[in-house]
Amino acid sequence: MQRIGVFVCHCGTNIAATVDVKAVAEALKFEPGVVVSTEYQYMCSEAGQSLIKDAIRDHRLTGVVICSCSPRMHEATFRKTAAAAGLNPYMVEIANIREQVSWIHKDVAEATEKAIILGRAAIAKVHLNAPLTAGESPVTKRALVIGGGIAGIQTALDIADAGFEVDIVEKEPTIGGKMTQLDKTFPTLDCAACILTPKMVDCAQHEKVRIFSYSEVEDVKGFVGNFSVTIKKKARYVDELKCTGCGLCTEKCPQKKVPNAFNLGLDNRRAIYIPFAQAVPKVATIDADYCTMLKSGKCGVCSKVCTAGAIDYQQKDTFVEEKYGAIVVATGFNPIKLDAYEEYGYSQSKDVITSLELERLMNAAGPNGGTLLRPSDKTHPHTIVFVQCVGSRCDDGKGKSYCSKICCMYTAKHAMLIREKYPDTEVYVFYIDVRTPGKNFDEFYRRAVEEYGVHYVKGMVGKVLPEPDGTLTVRASDLIEGKQLRLSADLVVLAAAIEPDKTARPLATKLTASMDTNDFFTEAHPKLRPVESPTAGIFLSGACQGPKDIPETVSQASAAAAKVIGLLAKDKLTCNPCVAHSDEMLCNGCSSCEKVCPYGAITYSDKEFRGPNRTTLIRRVASVNEAVCQGCGACTVACPSGAMDLKGFSNSQIMAEVDAICK
Amino acid sequence: MDNRKEQILRESGVNVRKCMKCGKCSGTCPSYDEMEYHPHQFVYMVENGEIDKLMASPSVFKCLTCFACVERCPRGVEPAKLIEAVRLEAVKRQGMNHLKSDQIPALLDDEMPQQAIVTAFRKYSK
Repeated sequence: MQRIGVFVCHCGTNIAATVDVKAVAEALKFEPGVVVSTEYQYMCSEAGQSLIKDAIRDHRLTGVVICSCSPRMHEATFRKTAAAAGLNPYMVEIANIREQVSWIHKDVAEATEKAIILGRAAIAKVHLNAPLTAGESPVTKRALVIGGGIAGIQTALDIADAGFEVDIVEKEPTIGGKMTQLDKTFPTLDCAACILTPKMVDCAQHEKVRIFSYSEVEDVKGFVGNFSVTIKKKARYVDELKCTGCGLCTEKCPQKKVPNAFNLGLDNRRAIYIPFAQAVPKVATIDADYCTMLKSGKCGVCSKVCTAGAIDYQQKDTFVEEKYGAIVVATGFNPIKLDAYEEYGYSQSKDVITSLELERLMNAAGPNGGTLLRPSDKTHPHTIVFVQCVGSRCDDGKGKSYCSKICCMYTAKHAMLIREKYPDTEVYVFYIDVRTPGKNFDEFYRRAVEEYGVHYVKGMVGKVLPEPDGTLTVRASDLIEGKQLRLSADLVVLAAAIEPDKTARPLATKLTASMDTNDFFTEAHPKLRPVESPTAGIFLSGACQGPKDIPETVSQASAAAAKVIGLLAKDKLTCNPCVAHSDEMLCNGCSSCEKVCPYGAITYSDKEFRGPNRTTLIRRVASVNEAVCQGCGACTVACPSGAMDLKGFSNSQIMAEVDAICK
Repeated sequence: MDNRKEQILRESGVNVRKCMKCGKCSGTCPSYDEMEYHPHQFVYMVENGEIDKLMASPSVFKCLTCFACVERCPRGVEPAKLIEAVRLEAVKRQGMNHLKSDQIPALLDDEMPQQAIVTAFRKYSK
């Protein structure tokens, strides 16, 4: 018979306001095996943990039941407490009377009754608990960073500087991400390229960093400390090792009418291209959708002009398999498509543009060499209207429900830069709220208003109408003045909402990492574990977790790196001892478990068994590799003969819980 | 007062609390200049229970029911439906002077379809 202690937590008023904790402790006192039952205000505090440790020693407890918050929150805490008092940590069970009781019920009497029932179930389970010992697994001391934008670059450099090898997988031909397309950065107005390109070069030159450009993650196997990742290197039809990046091919290619994705289609490039002059790696790539040689076999100009002999029209996608201990997701964001917002005229007029397009128009390396001209007729715009929250904060089924966070600041930046460079331009910003929480952010916005004379109008644009004379009529409300405005503008700039990159969702499936309804990766804890995914060994960096500006992205990227370094610094990881095992006497060798195991932890072998009348039988039976098993329990459900069972969550334990609840 | 607000909300099916006061409805309204109260003020005034003020205003009948505000509201508040509900209330209220239930027997004759009386109630009585 176990000697069980029950500890009921108030969680301040979180539990105690809805559950009569004293009554719970009192009721559970009389359950079989319970030798002590008590309650305390904060069981997870030092005083609360001492109370548990003292009880374990004083009452010679063999099992502990804690009625508190979710085991996801503090199971590890209380297991450590038990271990410190000399009790096997797996003799601790948690009854979740916060998330499953007090937070979701209002009636005190009913909530108290339910809390008692959950406590009883946990006691019934502890009776069948057996001490478990955790094994160890080795750690592959290398990290993979998926995405080579500023987030991925910062994470990779920080990990590499700590002495660990890092691979960056970037789907585009160059690393750098969205930041390479930006002109200046708020709130200091330093040029994006000047602060980013040195970091890109650092990545290329760091002996611990390898860059897989124009590559994607194909498949992920394994678990924390022991991931095995297949990387697809997409055919770029250029030998990366031979190409010197001289750019001659990109000048001679006769296919001139390819929309330049780097400039968001505002100008054209050739079919063979280097995205921009500071690309890393500076290697040409052939766009197979436009190359006449690849499409019809006639041309070959680039091959003829290439003195390095780097062009290879026969190149195929190749796959490499690499081992990693940790994976960082840094897949970033994109502006949303604006097709659903026809009232702003984005598809009707070339002079209605997005903010990212404006970045390219104002960039010295952009299509106009940094002179701000209207895309339609290349004239200088004199009245510019900015529209905020296009697709952000929407509940209309077309946009995003969240605030995209970066638009208020970059719009203030754009408005300021335009007024600085072209003082004869009138700039209007239509806003719902101006949100500038950040160091020196509100001061920056006020400077746009007070020093640069940008007209901020509280109200929203309802309609942008392209006129026959090439101007744009903007109809908007001015809520402070109480007027409907009709402005004649030359250029309208839309602050489009941002959303996670489209590759994030399929990647999350490969990583078994969870996402929210907006396809942002979910963090393990929104406050206390913001850079870790709930899936062990997967870390989050940058805008894949939520909208972020550059300062915040870099902070989070370094935080993710710190967590990765913490993991890779360990030689061994403690395994989860709650793994599956097979009862060979019951196993009929059917392979059902092997087929459902997502980790490949189950193998079959022929074994000799003693049969009746001194005969020997050879039977095919399953065995579990405990280092690989993650304790998901799929095999225990699939097994038709009941041979598979999970330590710590055995069928008999779960049935005991059900019996206790139904009693 | 509050009953009337509840009735407007129920009839229109509009949740005025969803409004984030961006003014896009008033920025897009083609009748804006004709109105005393504008679409965003409609939403706000219903939220504040100022139904009488709205019903007394000619603005109620200046709305074209073009649904531009409904189509473009980023929060899905649907101001035009709210205005329609206030208008309906105003019509009903006016109608009370035209037909009272005790007048009906005198109006009845054999030729009149029963449906017409029911319709008259619906149209003119509260």
